[in-house]
Amino acid sequence: MRDTDSSDDRATDGGVDADAPDDPGPDAGADAFDPVQVFPDSGEMDLRPGADSCYKCSTCDTNCPVAEVDDEFPGPKFQGPEQWRLSRDDAPEVDPSIEACSNCMRCDHACPTDVPLSQMHNTARGTYVDDQLSTFSATYLRKKILANYGRLGRLGSTFPRLTNVVMGNSLVRSVTDRVLGITNEREFPTFARQTFRSWWAERGGAQVESEERRVAYFHGDYANYNTPDVGKALVRVFEHFGYEVAVPRQRCSGTPMFANGMLGDARRAAEVNVAEFGALIEEGYDVVCSCTSCSMALRQEYPELFDIEGIDRVAANTYDAIEYLRIHEDLSGALAAASATDVPNLAYHAPCHARNQGLAEQALAVGGAIDDVAVEDVGDSCSGISGTYGWKSPHYETSMAIGEQMFEHMDAADAETGMTECPTCAMQMEHGTGYEVRHTLELLAATLTEETEWAE
Amino acid sequence: MAIDSDVLVIGGGLAGMTAAIAAADAGAETRLVTASQSTLRQASGLIDVLGYPPSGSSSPTGADSPGGPVPRGDAGAPADDSRGPLVDPFDAVADLPEGHPYERVGPDAIRDGLAAFDAIVEGYAGGHTDANALVPTHGGAVKPTARYPDSTAAGLASDGRDAVLVGFSSLPALDAPLAAAHLSEAGVPFAVDGVTVRFPGELRADATATRYAELLERDELPGGEVEGASATAVSDGGREAASCRAVLADRVADAVDAADVDPQRIGFPAVLGEEHPTEVRAALADRLDAAVFEVPCGPPSLPGIRLERQLRAALRDRDVSVADGRPVVDFQATTDRVDEVHVESAGGGTVPMAAEQYVLATGGLVGTGIEADREAVREPVFDCHVAHPGDRYEWFADDVFGDHPFAAFGVAVDRSLRPLDAADAPEFANLRAAGAVLGGYDLAAEKSGAGVSLATGHAAGATAAKGA
Repeated sequence: MRDTDSSDDRATDGGVDADAPDDPGPDAGADAFDPVQVFPDSGEMDLRPGADSCYKCSTCDTNCPVAEVDDEFPGPKFQGPEQWRLSRDDAPEVDPSIEACSNCMRCDHACPTDVPLSQMHNTARGTYVDDQLSTFSATYLRKKILANYGRLGRLGSTFPRLTNVVMGNSLVRSVTDRVLGITNEREFPTFARQTFRSWWAERGGAQVESEERRVAYFHGDYANYNTPDVGKALVRVFEHFGYEVAVPRQRCSGTPMFANGMLGDARRAAEVNVAEFGALIEEGYDVVCSCTSCSMALRQEYPELFDIEGIDRVAANTYDAIEYLRIHEDLSGALAAASATDVPNLAYHAPCHARNQGLAEQALAVGGAIDDVAVEDVGDSCSGISGTYGWKSPHYETSMAIGEQMFEHMDAADAETGMTECPTCAMQMEHGTGYEVRHTLELLAATLTEETEWAE
Repeated sequence: MAIDSDVLVIGGGLAGMTAAIAAADAGAETRLVTASQSTLRQASGLIDVLGYPPSGSSSPTGADSPGGPVPRGDAGAPADDSRGPLVDPFDAVADLPEGHPYERVGPDAIRDGLAAFDAIVEGYAGGHTDANALVPTHGGAVKPTARYPDSTAAGLASDGRDAVLVGFSSLPALDAPLAAAHLSEAGVPFAVDGVTVRFPGELRADATATRYAELLERDELPGGEVEGASATAVSDGGREAASCRAVLADRVADAVDAADVDPQRIGFPAVLGEEHPTEVRAALADRLDAAVFEVPCGPPSLPGIRLERQLRAALRDRDVSVADGRPVVDFQATTDRVDEVHVESAGGGTVPMAAEQYVLATGGLVGTGIEADREAVREPVFDCHVAHPGDRYEWFADDVFGDHPFAAFGVAVDRSLRPLDAADAPEFANLRAAGAVLGGYDLAAEKSGAGVSLATGHAAGATAAKGA
């Protein structure tokens, strides 16, 4: 078990290690080392403790879904500690294979010695994009588009029907594939006719007031523009338990930006989110997310990558929505007392970013508590899409090869509807099996609240 | 409001999973939390109980330790070493020193642990006898072990059939000629040679073990390629040329033809499939007309991963709730009872978890259940007492393969596995410890890691359930 102190060794560009080169800090003793600057100009990042903790057991490599199917990809051990060592001296170039990492972050949870692998990958990818990729290249443009999905979403939601028709057009998709390298194998996600935020405004915001029970909802772009039913389900479930829900101004969590090496864009988004949610935390709110990649970003990647005032406080007070209810309410008791008719058998896939937060089994526990509902786990493999990764033409085949195990297990499961908490895992599940895929919060809402039916 | 259960197991390795299964089988609502993946994924997948008696039990400390020269065949030990390997581990249990985990729980608990393992896990052999089997491993050493995966069964060193070991040029995990030479030198009762072949598809030199397993399991060549594609397009030959197993078997057959031994059995690095190893082995055996076995290799280890997968499924079957990647960072206790533990959440906050009974199965020095710095050795979760000399130069021996005191550092326990404080009183009435976090034994030297985890894990889980 790691102890509490060592978690402070997480290298950050802020937090406790920001000043490390000049100020060894209170813990420095005879065993203090000289921190090494890996990215000289940043003056901030020190990943040496992480690199030194690696004893090369390669457990991370055996957890890497990309390395299992992609012969060009050298695996997380290389991308993390080994590349860090190699890049120290006169060879600052980052190996282009960093682009093949899908940012599933499974290696983080695999490592027995807490090497901050995904942090190393994120920083290396950021360096690669900043220093080695032309901003005029199609690859850069694709990254910019995929990383900033929220802008596309805002536009698409303004004219949802038109956008859905245009983006579904085969000629348009052929052009995006060939020019931008965004695969035409996938259907673009459809934009909802009414965004979550517009629904929220229309209903007059929070319907429950409470001094003690307050949550601020981080919906992210996808629940807002594409799956507002997930956001509505969250609001209704929390109001059912007597929570006052706030929906502050917010931007993308940054997940697609980290994954595309766009750390500057991610930082700008993070600044908005930390300021908005930090202010609500001061007023007694906790932050809840419906998307497990969003909660992963706020909790882990923010403090690992950015030095923004209040960022640690936001991280420590952010939860997955279902996790939050399990901690603070008698969720299984409430579910046992209710019943869900009309809910079919569900084939559940735990997203990697839920797994990394220790949440892989909660949907099964939730399903197990409801009479008449059967939730079947489809195994611990990665879905393969990893956000925007499986949208890139060069990674499409890899993405589908990774997903093959999940597709097989879904086929074998006694269910024809899928369930997960990650919007892009849901896309992959639909794409690979043709199943309709729902969110665990929708199951909770259909079970616990009057106003939500399990509509098709 | 804490997340409640009857029994909370801290640690997800062999001991922790065994404890959780035992507790659930005894009717307790059980939860398991782990800080990271366990070292089981690095382990050989062999279940050793006791391969060598520890120094200080029945024999003088010899200059040779088990980490040194290989035993010369199953007849026994290096000539001047009376320490092993043991034919029957149970013969030696009565002589173990006080404080050894086996001495604490007794021989019946070892049998109970093995019986539980046999009931949970499929595809293991060795349960027909108390005697140790001798399994050749990647260095050409022979490991005495109580249970072994079916995949290694055809490879036993006590088997008289001639063998060829096959290594892959891109996979450093098994240097087959070296391992074969080492086995011959050790005097195994069969002829053995080693050959090296190129793995189909010419994988990169640092491809992971799981990549080999994936290609063999799916019976595909990298990128869906076809060996010698243009020549053998649409024909039976074409299908063969696209089969990883077929291409590999052809190459192995050619190499074996050129070897010094005409084998009745052929050994491969332990990468023959992940979920369906039996199928991969059978296909290769069919094509090679010889028995096929796996040679356990160093980390990362497919047999370890397969075993973990089975134990995880057993936890799911018993509705044991598992939270991964969640270290316990703090706890609250009244004088003699643990009230709740605080588990770190992804954002650095903590989540309280409470139980009637707790099992500490966080591993040893490698698994970080025991930590050391220049000043002291400690157990980081509950700060249980870990006896160790004040002078750290007394923690180790000068001889690399000597009897290092540090190897036996860990918590001391009473006979119901409750950790003891410096005054030999239980630290907490409702806390038990199992597996490598225990002190008093050197699992690497005596080859007892898995057996201690099973015996103490099963006992701790069952006792905890009774108390809950």
